[in-house]
Amino acid sequence: MLPILHELQETFGYVDRAALPLIADALNLSRAEVHGVVSFYHDFRSEPAGRTQVKICRGEACQAVGCRELVATAERRHGLTLGETSPAGDLTLEEVFCLGNCALGPAVQVDGELHGRVTPDVLDALIAMSRSRGHA
Amino acid sequence: MTVRIHVPADSAAASVGADQVAGRLATEIARAGLDARIVRTGSRGLFWLEPMIEVETAGGPIAYGPVAPADIPGLLAAGLIDGGAHPLRLGPTDAIPYLARQERLTFARCGAIDPVSVEDYRARGGFKGLERALAMTPVAIVEEVTASGLRGRGGAGFPTGIKWRTVLGAAGDQKHIVCNADEGDSGTFADRMLMEGDPMLLIEGMAIAGLAVGATQGWIYIRSEYPRAVATFTRAVEACRRAGILGAKVGGTGPAFDITVRMGAGAYVCGEETSLLESLEGKRALVRFKPPLPALKGLFGKPTVINNVLSFAAVPTILADGAKAYADYGMGRSRGTLPFQLAGNIKFGGLVEKAFGLTLGEAIHDFGGGTRSGRPIRAVQVGGPLGAYFPADYLDTPLDYEAFAARKGMLGHGGIVVFDDSVDMAEQARFAFEFCAKESCGKCTPCRIGSTRGRETIEKVIRGEAVERNLSLVDDLCRTMTDASLCALGGLTPYPVLSAIEHFPEDFDRAPARVAAE
Repeated sequence: MLPILHELQETFGYVDRAALPLIADALNLSRAEVHGVVSFYHDFRSEPAGRTQVKICRGEACQAVGCRELVATAERRHGLTLGETSPAGDLTLEEVFCLGNCALGPAVQVDGELHGRVTPDVLDALIAMSRSRGHA
Repeated sequence: MTVRIHVPADSAAASVGADQVAGRLATEIARAGLDARIVRTGSRGLFWLEPMIEVETAGGPIAYGPVAPADIPGLLAAGLIDGGAHPLRLGPTDAIPYLARQERLTFARCGAIDPVSVEDYRARGGFKGLERALAMTPVAIVEEVTASGLRGRGGAGFPTGIKWRTVLGAAGDQKHIVCNADEGDSGTFADRMLMEGDPMLLIEGMAIAGLAVGATQGWIYIRSEYPRAVATFTRAVEACRRAGILGAKVGGTGPAFDITVRMGAGAYVCGEETSLLESLEGKRALVRFKPPLPALKGLFGKPTVINNVLSFAAVPTILADGAKAYADYGMGRSRGTLPFQLAGNIKFGGLVEKAFGLTLGEAIHDFGGGTRSGRPIRAVQVGGPLGAYFPADYLDTPLDYEAFAARKGMLGHGGIVVFDDSVDMAEQARFAFEFCAKESCGKCTPCRIGSTRGRETIEKVIRGEAVERNLSLVDDLCRTMTDASLCALGGLTPYPVLSAIEHFPEDFDRAPARVAAE
């Protein structure tokens, strides 16, 4: 089922509730079982994410080099808490536990691209770059 | 002759600009009409030098780093393609002290080859282990792995040969080889580096495991946080199929063996083997009761070898050079080499593969160069989010499974996370509970409920509410979690919590409590 869910999210940006009965039917499972799987994994969203998606690593290795300050600054500057999407739908801030870049923390993923040694100002620049790409 | 210039495509190298360096280099090579070819490799694991590029010369590779795109014209003008002098020139790669002092068996090729080229892999000694295994009986392969003393590199340290023997002896019309590449521990990146830098070593190890136990189906479960590893590994599998190494006849002459790549979906608990199997089967990743062991009833109820990336990746070397050569490395019951990872607040972070027995302090100081911030080391967490926090006076602990266990810690997957004196250990203890609460699969009560109650109780301590009473509650709760949790997530969360309280009591002695006591 995971490959199907990944494919849906890749294509539509989220896993629509309307897709669950279809998956259940195709795999000969109950709707509840499909819902159980979708809701178990952090990756699958039930609503579209913002146009710019930021995942900030909160693992210990990034904590040791200041990810708490990075998270606090990002939350303050964008008026969002981790896990939220801005009302205009342009930015989603999320947490992630380890991006495997533990020697070059704080690590952040912006629109799926990994960045290392990210300071609050670097993060702002990355978000601005993502926005300008989106508007181009 | 066309000169090869290696630019890492490793995620970490890319996170500090390696893709931009490769792009600029290609442009400038074309502009200057130079006879050079860019090969995207893995990383050597010297992350403070990334992006580090290497030029193949008659005398071996010459390294330059850290290179920014703007440095490229100057580097080419200085004769980069002949290994010319430049302020960024690091000299022959193999002579860089950080690398020269290592004992790289598993990571010997990582960063030095095109990871998806069968020819590159074979030219550097690849597939020798598989060739030898093809001429051996399954029992002989299992005996060789057992004799090497290899223990599971995922964290538990269970002897790999014994696991394989159980699967070999199990009756089953279909057996499976499953690779656990759900490397979720903060501070670890060795699996990722290997999948991005030398994936065929892992493919070879899995194929040998298939021969050893009579399994024809291989699976690898890679976490979704590692998109490049998924992409590179998938390309390597396809290249091996085209070369006839995977497929109807493994290695060209053996029985069938192929590998299916599956991507996780962001769940730390999937690093637990039975949870991973549930996830592979397309279910909620709830931890299973053991017994039955996966070796007897694993994936889809069939006998299954499930090992970590680094365990499989150690096997080709053991088969190629013999069990004794591998077992000659190490100390006590920890044989061979351990690729450990220096992370967190560290000056020279990276991958260091050494025989077991190096001390924690030697790793952090001699290789890591101390903290990145330049402040004193206060705490070191080894073994991921479930590993104990050691104080600075434990730096004499050798990197060895038993030595860590004796100090109520664990080596785990070899991740070493360094903290300087600005760390608040009560906050770290709180985070350990928070992490467990977020990642718990929810099947057993001590983990599901205990983690949340633990976080709340530590928060009371942090606020200075009835500190002594609440700390004794935490102690009691931790005992329950240790004894009654179904798997290591709930069972080991007490490690970081209790070690923080034991070694750093001053951080839990919060101010309002002192006022109340007066």
